[in-house]
Amino acid sequence: MKELLKYTLQLADNALILGHRISEWCGHGPVLEQDIALTNTALDHLGQARSFYQYAAEQFNALPVSEKEHFFTSSAIQSIIKDGKQVDEDDLAYLRDGWDFRNTLLVEQPNKDWAYTIIRSFFYDVFNFFFYTELQKSTDVTLSAIAEKSLKEVTYHLRWSSEWVIRLGDGTDESAQRINEAIANRWQFTGELLTMSEAEKAVATSGIGVDLEKIKTLWKERVAAVFAEANLDVPANGWMHQGGKEGKHSEHLGYILAELQFVQRAYPNMQW
Amino acid sequence: MTVHSFQEKFDEKIDREDTIEPRDWMPDDYRKTLIRQISQHAHSEIVGMLPEGNWITRAPSLRRKAVLLAKVQDEGGHGLYLYSAAETLGITRDEMLEQLHSGKAKYSSIFNYPTTTWADMGAIGWLVDGAAIMNQVPLCRTSYGPYARAMVRVCKEESFHQRQGFEIMLTLAKGTEEQKKMAQDALDRWWWPSIMMFGPPDAESPNSESSMRWRIKRFSNDELRQKFIDVTVEQTKILGLTLPDKDLKWNEARGHYDYGAINWEEFWNVVKGNGPCNKERLETRRKAWEEGAWVREAALANAKKRAERKNKEASAA
Ligand SMILES: [Fe+2]
Ligand SMILES: [Fe+2]
Repeated sequence: MKELLKYTLQLADNALILGHRISEWCGHGPVLEQDIALTNTALDHLGQARSFYQYAAEQFNALPVSEKEHFFTSSAIQSIIKDGKQVDEDDLAYLRDGWDFRNTLLVEQPNKDWAYTIIRSFFYDVFNFFFYTELQKSTDVTLSAIAEKSLKEVTYHLRWSSEWVIRLGDGTDESAQRINEAIANRWQFTGELLTMSEAEKAVATSGIGVDLEKIKTLWKERVAAVFAEANLDVPANGWMHQGGKEGKHSEHLGYILAELQFVQRAYPNMQW
Repeated sequence: MTVHSFQEKFDEKIDREDTIEPRDWMPDDYRKTLIRQISQHAHSEIVGMLPEGNWITRAPSLRRKAVLLAKVQDEGGHGLYLYSAAETLGITRDEMLEQLHSGKAKYSSIFNYPTTTWADMGAIGWLVDGAAIMNQVPLCRTSYGPYARAMVRVCKEESFHQRQGFEIMLTLAKGTEEQKKMAQDALDRWWWPSIMMFGPPDAESPNSESSMRWRIKRFSNDELRQKFIDVTVEQTKILGLTLPDKDLKWNEARGHYDYGAINWEEFWNVVKGNGPCNKERLETRRKAWEEGAWVREAALANAKKRAERKNKEASAA
């Protein structure tokens, strides 16, 4: 089913791109313990991305050739198909073009500073926690197994980012001002997390995917609860950006891919 | 007891190969030497995160990326154990970092070289972690307990790093012409700095007698360097690469490889701050520390508020 493949890629891309952003902190954290914690979180996201890509590759390889040819625009992937070879996790991460990436706009936003990094993680972790909790019930055994395996990590991520939201909101004047600025600028990317794409709607009906309506309220309540503890106000709903899930990205994704894919693109068809 | 009898007791312990623990009396020189050495070692671990961190976002496969992330994370962990070990000697981590940032404290010069291609991740793991292991294994039995115990954990992880590095080199060396060229280029650039990691030749650095006596040092620089070269030459043969030293030759009589003259001028120049990346590395560390100041302050302020609230609740109850 092509919708399942798109869905699996969306989950993989979210994990890969967020992990990539977080990994940019490695060696630059504000204190050694947090540097290590962030690197560990980046590793968790990368591990989840790999599980989803491996499953996506399996699905892609099972498609009839006629469908494979038009699935991605990348000529590098098309030449793999022409050679009668199978794609693997690395082909999907390193050889797809930007418009074939389905991650949400939130995760590709730059780190900027600790406050922006924390709030991006927090908004995403709250979503991810309820999302994986639901995905465990998926009728698709692979997706439910990945969700179950990842939930422990995601629970830890959520605890970590919630703690930091509270520390910054209820810390010093400067930290409160910085986290408020970060919230004001990143809030507009939260709507997309909970708005269902065509692929999401299709897989939700069949019991494979998560019905995001179910977690919308949970997300809002959790964000409100943590913000209350942090002395922070939840912004009014306002304008929400959409498009990442359909391959319409910000300028940032291009730079991420330029870095991430550089070696594979510059030296094609090699083992690393 | 007099200082004299304290000293006698300390000497007896050293002679019996007992460990010295934080609460034990120790001579001032011993404490100072250890603080210098352990903090330098800790700084090397965290500055060492930078040249490799440089390739995390560009690692050529997801598996390699995961392994590299885990490795750099390990190095941060080593820094953490070592700072903690040094703190038992009566210096704070902030004081040590201040010495690093002001340029007063040194770190291993090897990290002042740039990582320009992916092959450098292989060369560093294989050669730099390899040389570090040679230097560090004897420290697992050093006289100061907290340092020795930290080194046992560190050494275990370092040997894993070395295997991973060698595996990257092997994959490249068995790959395409471009990959082989990448591997050879990395070896050419990292070989000499790696063998300089053992420090100046014995003739110019009479091993401080006290360091030997305290088991802070067990083998001379040249002894360790020779051991490393002998092992590495054999590994290079497996890779099918060439070490950039035309004087490298097996010496039957010595039972060791002879090697060419090391450019100690370059070594001292890098130590003095003129290596290709000295300024960048230090600036990066300083920037991370300065930009993190408000974050650390916020965490402290929040912890204080929470503690106060808890106290209030407790007294109200
Ligand atoms: Fe290390
Ligand atoms: Fe290492």
